Formats: sequence, structure tokens, C-alpha cells
Amino acid sequence: MSAKIVARSAEKRFQTRAGWMTALRDFDLEVAEGEFLCLVGPSGCGKSTFLRILAGLDHATGGEVRINAGPDPRQPLANVVFQEYAVFPWKTVLHNVAFGLEMRGVGRRERETIAGRWIDKVALTRFVDYYPAQLSGGMKQRVSIARALANDPQVLLMDEPLGALDAQTRAVLQEELLQLWEESRKTVLYVTHSIDEAVFLGDRVVVMTAHPGTVKTVIDVDLPRPRDLTVMATPEFAALTGAVWDALRDEVRRAMAEQA
Amino acid sequence: MTPGSARGAGGAAALAWALPLGVLLATLAAGFALGLWASAWWALLGIGFVCVVLLAQEVESRLALRWRGPFQRGLALGFPLSLLLVWELLAGAGILNPRWFPPPSQIAVALWELTVTFDRFNRSSLIGRPWLVPEVAAEQGWAGVQALVRESHVWATLSRVLGGFLIGALPGVLIGMVMGLNRTVRMMLDATMSAIYVLPKIAIFPILMLVFPNPFGEGPKIAVVAISAFFLVAISTMAGVQGIDKVYLEAGRNFGASRWQMFRHVILPGALPIVFSGLRLALGTALIVIVAVEFVRADRGVGFLIYYYWQVLVTPRMYAALVVVMALGVGLTALLQWVERRVMPWRRN
Repeated sequence: MSAKIVARSAEKRFQTRAGWMTALRDFDLEVAEGEFLCLVGPSGCGKSTFLRILAGLDHATGGEVRINAGPDPRQPLANVVFQEYAVFPWKTVLHNVAFGLEMRGVGRRERETIAGRWIDKVALTRFVDYYPAQLSGGMKQRVSIARALANDPQVLLMDEPLGALDAQTRAVLQEELLQLWEESRKTVLYVTHSIDEAVFLGDRVVVMTAHPGTVKTVIDVDLPRPRDLTVMATPEFAALTGAVWDALRDEVRRAMAEQA
Repeated sequence: MTPGSARGAGGAAALAWALPLGVLLATLAAGFALGLWASAWWALLGIGFVCVVLLAQEVESRLALRWRGPFQRGLALGFPLSLLLVWELLAGAGILNPRWFPPPSQIAVALWELTVTFDRFNRSSLIGRPWLVPEVAAEQGWAGVQALVRESHVWATLSRVLGGFLIGALPGVLIGMVMGLNRTVRMMLDATMSAIYVLPKIAIFPILMLVFPNPFGEGPKIAVVAISAFFLVAISTMAGVQGIDKVYLEAGRNFGASRWQMFRHVILPGALPIVFSGLRLALGTALIVIVAVEFVRADRGVGFLIYYYWQVLVTPRMYAALVVVMALGVGLTALLQWVERRVMPWRRN
């Protein structure tokens, strides 16, 4: 399979009041077409920065970051499921999910049919006409996931999408997310700080160093698919999370020492 | 005291009743017996109020849960009504001077008289005698109806408030949006706007009277209301646009919204809650300003009525006009809230 996302010696520097700050340096990564890649690292390591560059919300200041476009020029490159509940409070579930299609000029009838299908898939059929304020956190994040998928991007970018949820809701949504992904096998870049989540979801887990962020290790997750939560009880799962934690531990210590 | 705490010991429960009730009665008795009302009415009122609050809480704590809602609504309505009753009694007993504080019953009568009568001296009426409309329309046609509308004080005030409010608020929203979106425009205008914002707008009324060809016409009055509304609305709209959570703007950008789509789907709805709180402020201010202007320079309008009946010392009618101003304020606010609910259905609960 060909590389869908390519980063070569990518660099991102910010100008702050204290001077220049380097968020990413010598960052090399290739994500294959159809791969589910998880990015973990200590907080402030630049993993969200990389995702924002891919999303077109930020620019690399050096090196190269690109998404290899598919054959259909109308298909959007990358859509984001944001960290907070970034669904629009002033739009109903239906209009939130149809948002990307509406921005691309898809006709009302068609976009509402597509949105309705995705709302069914994330089990919010009963709540089509609800506003986000009437939904729980887990339901809002389902809307956010459906909004990104309904737009059918070539790459799905997820920035700690389940971080704000409680443990049970989170586990349920992780499984649902895998089921959705099995159907489409889209390329996914998933940023998280949960090691369990990264190993459970990903084909590979990329561990980043504390800032400036570079790739420290890449761990292949060879757990069989389709996966469900029972996989978390296997010794293979424990061995993999152990390996990720071994790579991450020193970086987290370094990040904490720098912040202190 | 917390509700329910009185349910413990019998003695404590009895005390919770008896103490405030006893103090209340003792205060009232002492007030009348020793003639304390004239000199220490504020202390008596304070003690009395605390006792009433304690008693009401005590009653509520003994009610079944399903009666507490109705009880609280009863308090919300009953307390102001009993205040009016106390006012009525105190004025009737001569403790309050009815010349300055006419009893509510007299004010109600005055309000009724103002509504139904035509003031021959001022050639005006409160609401324009709508019961004459069919007759006048038949005799004099449209011009006659217009004359009826023109003689109405409520219509005069209402048209100035609504006209000025709309003329000021619409450009206010526009300029505020531009200031929120464009940093250069904001830098250029912010200091000037903030400086004019703190100026009491009634202070520029004389300038407006110089500017308009007819200084005594409607022009300067509507203009001063419009200017008051404009700055309030512009500044809060700017704050509303700037206060939109960045994540919504990024979501809009990531999903490929064009400039216009961004405005229509993200910025406008995102700023609306703050825009409406600015509109509410502006409406209240508009009413204040127009009453003040009508004190100074008007022969129609509710503010004029208040001032006129003060000059001729007919206090019940003066109070009646105050009641009309309150009703206008309540009515206009309700109208704005109705619009708000229609425009922002997502904030209904």
C-alpha cells in the first residue's frame, strides 16, 4: 500500500513572548492508505500541532508535510474530530452532521439523506432534531464523529476525541469507532494520551519525544481484527502497552521536569 | 435555618414558629403604642421583614413537596401584593402622606381616568381614544384616525423608543460585527467608541436640537435614542464576535467554509447571545433616555405626563404615568425576548 500521509523532517516553530519555541523537529512519519495510526506522547510534545498542520489549520515552518490526494478531486482531504465538543450548539444534530456537505454545496435533499444515514450509524436516530445542549457528552462526540465521516474525507484526524468522557462511555465509543472504521477502512490519524486506547485502536502506535517532538519509537500492533474490548484482557495486549509505556516513561518524566 | 431542621425536637419546632411570630407582633404593637413609626420606621420594617421571611420558610418546610412549588409562586406574587396592601393601609391611616404617596387604589383610579378622558388643555389622551376610531374614520377618514394616534402619549413614547432603537441597533450590530472581525477597524474605532460609550447620551441632546432643522420636532428625540442604542449594541456585538470559541472557527475552516458561509453559519449564530444581551440593555436605556428627553422638551409622551402632573401637583396621575412607563418597559422586554426565542431556538431550555 502507498503512503497516504507523508512527513519529512517536518519542523514547526512558534514565536512566543519568551522567544522562539520549537514544537516539532526532524519529524518523519509515513501513514499507509487505510491505516489506523495512533500518536502518543507527553503533553506539549507537538502531537496536536502535527494534526493541525494536516488539517490545514496550521503550517509547517520547515520540511514537508502532505497528504497524497486521491483520484477524486472533490473528495475533501482531511476532516477533524476535535478535542472538545466542537459541534455547533446552534445547529441541530442533523444540521451539524450535514455541515461539511452543506459547505461543499451538496443539495439539501442529498446532504440530509447522507447525514441521516450517519446519524443512524452512530445510534442517534431519535435525536436528529435535538440541539447539542440537550445531549450528553458521549452523544455530542458521536455527532462530531458523524459530522467528520459524513463529509467522507480521505483522511480522518482525531484529536483526543474521547478525552473528556468518563471511562465507561469512552470504552463504548472506542468499540463503536472501531466498528465504523472496519466498514470504511479510512486512513486515520488518532492523537491520544491513553496508552490502552492507542494499542486497542491502532495498527501502529507512534511514541513521540518530549518537546521538541520527534518520533521516538514505532510499535506495531499485531492484534487480530476485528477487535472488541475483550482483547484488553489478553497477555499480548499487556505486552504491547508495556512496550509503549517503556518508550514513553522517560519522555513523560522529561516533560514534567521541564514544566516544573 | 434549613427547612426540615425544625422537625427534630418538639420544643425547637414550637420555638421556630413562636419566636418570629412573637417578635413580629411585638414590633407592630410597639410601633403603634410608642409612636415609633414616624422616627424609626426603617428599623421596624427591617425587623418585620426578617420575621416574615422566617415564618415563610417555616411554613414551606412543613409543606408536602408538591405544594412547595405553588407556595413559592404564591410568595412571588403575594409579597408584592401585600406590599401594595400595606401601602394602601398606611396611606389610609395617614402614616404615609397621601399627597406624596397616594394609595394604590387612587393611582388605579387615576390610571383609568387618564385612559378614558381627553385632556382639552393639552389636546391629548393616554392611548388615543381607540373607541372613537370607527366613528372618526367614518366622518373624517384616515386623517381623523391619524389625529387620534397623534394625540396619544403612549404612541408618542413608543414610536420614539422603537424608531430610535431600530435606527440605532441595526447599524450597531453591523459596525460591531465589522469591529469584531477586523482588527484594523477595531483598533481605529475602539478607543473612540469607548469614550463616547461612557458619555450620558442625554448630554448631547442640546447638540442634536441645534443640528435638526426643527429642534422641537421628533428628529432630535429619535436621534438621541438611536445614538444611545447604537453604542451599546455595537460594543456588545463586538464582544460577542470576539468571544466565539476558537474551536468553532477552526471546525468551520476545516470543513471548508467560505468567508460568507463562515459568517452565516459560525460567526453570526455564535455572537447572537451576546448581541441580544446588548439589545436588551439598549432597549432599557432607550426608555430611560426618552423619558428624560420628554421631561425637558415635549408636549406628548409618557415622560411629559409625569413631569406635567408633577408641575400641577396631581400626584395620583403622576404615579399612573409611572405605571405606564413600567408597563411599556415590561411589554417591550417581553417582545424582545419573544424575538430572541424565535431567532435562537437552541437556547430555549
